[in-house]
Amino acid sequence: MSSPLTPSQTVGPFFGIGLPYEKGNEAIEAGTAGALRVEGQVIDGNGDPVSDALIEIWQPDQQGHYRSAGTGAATGFGRVRTDSEGVFSFIAIKPGATPAPDGRRQAPHLNVTVFTRGLLRHLVTRMYFPDEANANLEDPVLSLVEPGRRQTLIAEKAGGLLRFDIRLQGERETVFFAI
Amino acid sequence: MNEDEREPPYLYPDYVSTRLRSPVKPLVRLPDGFHDFPAPLFPRAIGALDSDLTRRHEGEPIGERIIVSGRVIDSDGRPVRKAVVEVWQANAAGRYLDQNDQHPAPIDPNFDGAGRAITDDDGQYRFVTIKPGAYPWKNHRNAWRPAHIHFSLFGNQFRSRLVTQMYFPGDPLMPRDPILQSIPDQAGRDRLVCFFDPERTEPEWALAYRWDIVLRGRAATPFETPE
Repeated sequence: MSSPLTPSQTVGPFFGIGLPYEKGNEAIEAGTAGALRVEGQVIDGNGDPVSDALIEIWQPDQQGHYRSAGTGAATGFGRVRTDSEGVFSFIAIKPGATPAPDGRRQAPHLNVTVFTRGLLRHLVTRMYFPDEANANLEDPVLSLVEPGRRQTLIAEKAGGLLRFDIRLQGERETVFFAI
Repeated sequence: MNEDEREPPYLYPDYVSTRLRSPVKPLVRLPDGFHDFPAPLFPRAIGALDSDLTRRHEGEPIGERIIVSGRVIDSDGRPVRKAVVEVWQANAAGRYLDQNDQHPAPIDPNFDGAGRAITDDDGQYRFVTIKPGAYPWKNHRNAWRPAHIHFSLFGNQFRSRLVTQMYFPGDPLMPRDPILQSIPDQAGRDRLVCFFDPERTEPEWALAYRWDIVLRGRAATPFETPE
């Protein structure tokens, strides 16, 4: 007999006093070899920026292991709020491949979670890497997504950074996963 | 009712902000196990004072001092140990310190309204704070949020992540609040309301409220070996 879960509620507009913390954008320490910058904008169904979203990323290390013990400043977890233009950015690193439950290999990706006023439950998506075309083709999760929507999960290289916009609704709506 | 049907929907038009922010396309469901990986390791130290919101400034905050405590378990009833619990709330006058809060109620210089705690080996957490006030919002005419404390939790699994709100028993604003009413069934809404806790109430000092929290555990698989 399992206990019923505590239901979710929105993060609301005032989480800024409680959730963000200094250097929350550094999922790995800035300056680490291989560190890269991920930047994106959160956009609503009118095409307007969402200036009060909280984005979390959670990534395995370069060997594909989630760091789930120990301490330290940069653990693979990052948390930032969007600015007045709906823009967020993180320092991350391309993780190693992780095994799927069926033993297949998952292409490198970051887990991305979205909280905002107007979301009664958080949303979970993934950011894949544009320079992993072959691994992405064989990825068991991307292959479950209808082909026309897969591109919403793959970051774009834009100068020195990776661009990953999150569209909550509308044309090119980002693919979100049930948890 | 399955787990999903007990949760609020993404689109709940009475809560106006959901209309442009809820995904229209169905979420993609992955086979069991794809989200069975550990929760993030919270990258900041949490100290004992972080869970006492009344002792972080020179003076004491205005308002009714309360103790809010409870137990975090997973859906199999096991205590969730070393879970990070984060809270934020309005002050006794119904005002958040957040710069986006324009409600013309006073700011309390002795209250910032944010705290963190870690659960012990039995899954217990405890905060000392003051009872938050109700406040108006612009969702509809004469809309007021019932008094609540925001909670954010990491369990042991990525799937355990929960952001929610705790309400107080007997608040007449609850039946009129579209955020709480977005939860489809009364039993689910009741799970967000704390209980007055005479056992933990401290004489001559503070009323106590108890609120237990149930997080998702691992997806069930028949092959899982007992830990």
